[in-house]
Amino acid sequence: MSERRMHIHVDQLTMAYGSNLIQQDLDFDVYRGDVFVIMGGSGCGKSTLLKHMIGLYPPAKGEILYDGKSFNRASEQEQFEMRRGWGITYQTGGLFSAMTLAQNTALPLQQYTALGAAEIDDIVAYKLALVGLGGYQDYYPSEISGGMQKRAGLARAIALDPEILFFDEPSAGLDPISSQLLDELILEMQESLGATVVIVTHELASIFAIASNSVFLDAETKTMIDYGDPKILRQQSEHDKVRKFLARGGTPGGGPA
Amino acid sequence: MAGAATPAFRLADEGRRLELSGDWVIEQDCPAFTALRQQLRQAQPTRLACGTEALGDWDSALPAFLLQCHAYCVEAGIDFDTAALPEGTRRLLGLATAVKPHRPSPEPSRSLLEALDLGHRLQEGRKIVRDHLEFIGEATIALGRLLTGRANTRREDFLTFIHQSGPDAFSIVTLTSFLVGMILAYLGAAQLAQFGAQIYVADLVTIGMLREMGALMVAVVMAGRTGAAYAAQLGTMQTREEIDAIVTLGISPMEFLVLPRMVALVLIMPLLVLYANVVGIFGGAIVAAGLDVSFIQFSQQMTNVISFAHLGTGLLKSVFFGLLIAIAGCRAGIQCGRSSAAVGEAATRAVVTSIIYLIVADAAFNILFQELGI
Repeated sequence: MSERRMHIHVDQLTMAYGSNLIQQDLDFDVYRGDVFVIMGGSGCGKSTLLKHMIGLYPPAKGEILYDGKSFNRASEQEQFEMRRGWGITYQTGGLFSAMTLAQNTALPLQQYTALGAAEIDDIVAYKLALVGLGGYQDYYPSEISGGMQKRAGLARAIALDPEILFFDEPSAGLDPISSQLLDELILEMQESLGATVVIVTHELASIFAIASNSVFLDAETKTMIDYGDPKILRQQSEHDKVRKFLARGGTPGGGPA
Repeated sequence: MAGAATPAFRLADEGRRLELSGDWVIEQDCPAFTALRQQLRQAQPTRLACGTEALGDWDSALPAFLLQCHAYCVEAGIDFDTAALPEGTRRLLGLATAVKPHRPSPEPSRSLLEALDLGHRLQEGRKIVRDHLEFIGEATIALGRLLTGRANTRREDFLTFIHQSGPDAFSIVTLTSFLVGMILAYLGAAQLAQFGAQIYVADLVTIGMLREMGALMVAVVMAGRTGAAYAAQLGTMQTREEIDAIVTLGISPMEFLVLPRMVALVLIMPLLVLYANVVGIFGGAIVAAGLDVSFIQFSQQMTNVISFAHLGTGLLKSVFFGLLIAIAGCRAGIQCGRSSAAVGEAATRAVVTSIIYLIVADAAFNILFQELGI
């Protein structure tokens, strides 16, 4: 692997809903090609952090920089261009229920490229095949299973070959096998596209299978208490809370690695 | 993208070698697969290898093209060799071909006569009527349980709906009924002035509001406001599986969800209509004052014509209208589909159905009153 280049830099970020403080002084880097996991207990602000990173919520304080460029201070045109490089899947799918899978996947292509209808059809067919949904073009989201909906969301997210893929709880509500297959799919996409992946999850199996770096948010102190490869954190974190979280409530102590 | 090479392919070596060149990126005008398919059909190779010496940049455009090529090769029995492709393309292609494409079962084609399918439509129509009657029947049974005090209806819900359909609707009812009273007065004044009988504007406005327009206007407003809201509330609960939860808790959605809404609307409607009548007649009086019928004359004429029959027919209608609006709204909500688009459809259906109900019921009432001589 070549040297690690910084891709996203979260700089002294404070998040709040009105006067309700969610997290403060978040400061970490995501490197190019990382599979970066945002973890922490329920209600600590993981999804909120992701929504800040994709520009849906403005920071209360601090900044998020992409290749050194701030999203919030960018002009509308620049924001549009930055967004083109992002692929996002949402916790509850976010698929448009009134559109077929093909129309869902085609939307970003229509929005950002000058491709003709036939070319878009070809690319949509390929993207759906990539996530194992070849031939499901004319199905509506309500006609397929939850696991398939997650994969359809992924197809839409990768429609434009994004540089950064954001996932909000990709495997929530999936059985262990489907969730493992989805993890493998995410890894495979990441490697073949060379993308940076940011995932919010608290599924330990996922975390250890795919993460190369992570940040741990704590709900009590309202800030990040650890940062690093979760496999290492499990053994060596200074914080009891982090080791306990990663060992699933048990004490990692002298257990096998 | 400066200096990008035009993407192209060439079939070489008697069709056994597919040479790709240029930058296969979405921004470029990439060749369509149909051209290659024709060439492959003519050449009919048994094996197809890829050559990528001149291939530059690539993104989704390349695997999208190759995926179609792969599908054709499988169909035509050609051995497709991807070894020379860039590592990333090969992996993506492998991923895309890992799962066999799903073949949806084709829709059976139908002739025009079959497509019209009158028998089927008739059946559908009967089913809709039966569904409506079923819903009304279930609602009646639930109402019976409520009256005997055995229904599972929450008092707080009931009070919320009273508030939503009553006081919250006050301003819009004021506006519409005031204007309708004015419209009635103008309409009558123009005709009555022809034989110098302006004073009868008071009769027209009073009887018109009490018997007909008060109830109908309030009902139309409530159909758009409350009926649609009921459908949207219940529809959203349906999509979020809340109604499933209610059923599995052993609670009847009819008693728990429909009854409080229905009873609230039925109780509130006559009160709103009473209020609308007063405001409407006041609106008519203001117009009449501009046409040389003073307030005193107007009110004297009004008290002459007001009778319990006029007032009672309007109020009786309003009770039924409230019932119909609640039935249309709740039925649309309960039978809503499970997608977010279905909620919108349910709201539309609620309004359309209740307006049809209203007009039909109003006509029926008028015929009935005519026959009874009320």
